[in-house]
Amino acid sequence: MLDADFFRRWMAATAASVDREAERLTALDSPIGDADHGSNLQRGFTEVATTLEKEAPDTPGAVLTLAGRRLISTVGGASGPLYGTLLRRTGKALGDAGEVSAEQLAEALRAGVEAVMTLGGAAPGDKTMIDTLVPAVDALGTGFAAARTAAEQGALATTPLQARKGRASYLGERSIGHQDPGATSAALLIAALAEAAGE
Amino acid sequence: MRMLINVPETVVADALRGMAAAHPELTVDVENRVIVRRDAPVAGKVALISGGGSGHEPLHGGFVGPGMLSAACPGEVFTSPVPDQMVRAAAAVDSGAGVLFIVKNYTGDVLNFDMAAELAEDEGIQVAKVLVNDDVAVTDSLYTAGRRGTGATLFVEKIAGAAAEEGQSLERVEAIARQVNENSRSFGVALSACTTPAKGSPTFDLPAGELELGVGIHGEPGRERRAMMTSREIADFSVHAILDDMSPRNPVLVLVNGMGATPLLELYGFNAEVQRVLADRGVAVARTLVGNYVTSLDMAGASVTLCQVDEELLRLWDAPVRTPGLRWGV
Repeated sequence: MLDADFFRRWMAATAASVDREAERLTALDSPIGDADHGSNLQRGFTEVATTLEKEAPDTPGAVLTLAGRRLISTVGGASGPLYGTLLRRTGKALGDAGEVSAEQLAEALRAGVEAVMTLGGAAPGDKTMIDTLVPAVDALGTGFAAARTAAEQGALATTPLQARKGRASYLGERSIGHQDPGATSAALLIAALAEAAGE
Repeated sequence: MRMLINVPETVVADALRGMAAAHPELTVDVENRVIVRRDAPVAGKVALISGGGSGHEPLHGGFVGPGMLSAACPGEVFTSPVPDQMVRAAAAVDSGAGVLFIVKNYTGDVLNFDMAAELAEDEGIQVAKVLVNDDVAVTDSLYTAGRRGTGATLFVEKIAGAAAEEGQSLERVEAIARQVNENSRSFGVALSACTTPAKGSPTFDLPAGELELGVGIHGEPGRERRAMMTSREIADFSVHAILDDMSPRNPVLVLVNGMGATPLLELYGFNAEVQRVLADRGVAVARTLVGNYVTSLDMAGASVTLCQVDEELLRLWDAPVRTPGLRWGV
């Protein structure tokens, strides 16, 4: 079973990983975006880590809901509302149980991903974070390590796609050949989940 | 790249402190990133709020004041503001007559302003929204995020601002803002990429001797790259791109806008070419504005925006305005 401490470790691992990879995310965002994805997420997840440490919410749902709210209030851009909604909706779906199973997490995360798709209007294949999150959630039933692998493959698979959502879509065919920064940061989030699980 | 900054993390806050010092007629909340005209809320007046990423100055903070915006919410550089800022701004400027959000059509801006509208409505504030999407360089289809909001933002903010200042209703001010956007089209070119403080190096590679056609205002590359062209050729290309998409029957307002690093000397020369093409195409010009208004940090280049105006819109354009970035008739 996964308790609040597990979810706080997940968020802390995400913050650390985004911090390490910020420059790479920003570099990926330069040719097809506006060169700020790394610094924006870094600001947001640093704030999430600080807030979680200070307020120490004691259920899995409360950890993710608070993390989502902080992202919405600090990140801006499209990634603030999108990542914020992902975590907030996942947290809400977990309810107020003190511990949840991996299956419950997978189900809640699916609700979170669906909320992101509704908000941003993206579908699989549009070259967005959805291309990472959908296969990751599908693989989560098999285990955390499988979800991480699926997420990493999903992010890599955005390279040949033409962007149909977000700022990269302005480039039309010129967006082809670049790995999507949002899909890449989503893979960091899933990898941090596996890390929190010790896999 | 040398920049006149301290550290990238404080660029926006530093600029806001400087604005506060230069413009005592504005209330600048540096911590919460909201710029408000000092006499707000003005009794019975609809309030206009805009915002967006920083790096486009004087847009939007420089357009706060009588006859234009009631408040502006600057985000990080090229990053839309967060909902909390717009909610705070709405609470500060709403007189009870309602608030109009003027939103440039970028995924992030739309999402954050939508969330803010919901929150402000929860607090009993009446909110209307208008999207600005004037950039003809972007194919508007189901498969893109839609046309970008660029130079027309200035026309929307000025003309709707004048209508609000006259005491027109929220419904009316919103309709006017929408009409100005629908009547406007823009096209931009970049002669160099821009450098964000966070990245410290150019956002895209533009080899010497080439230019980027159809560029946006965030250092995002455009649709096509060509060998460097003359001012005359760029004016032909830009105005034709716009007129392929609109056929003005009425006179137009012309904005020849600098992207930040192109001198006024060049912009005025470019304007002469723009006016020549318009005359050739039989488009009557009502007013022209030349300068750096909707910029993209240190990008070199320019954009052209045309806005078709009837007598009423022209009257509102000519109405007095008193802001740091635009000021006449007062």
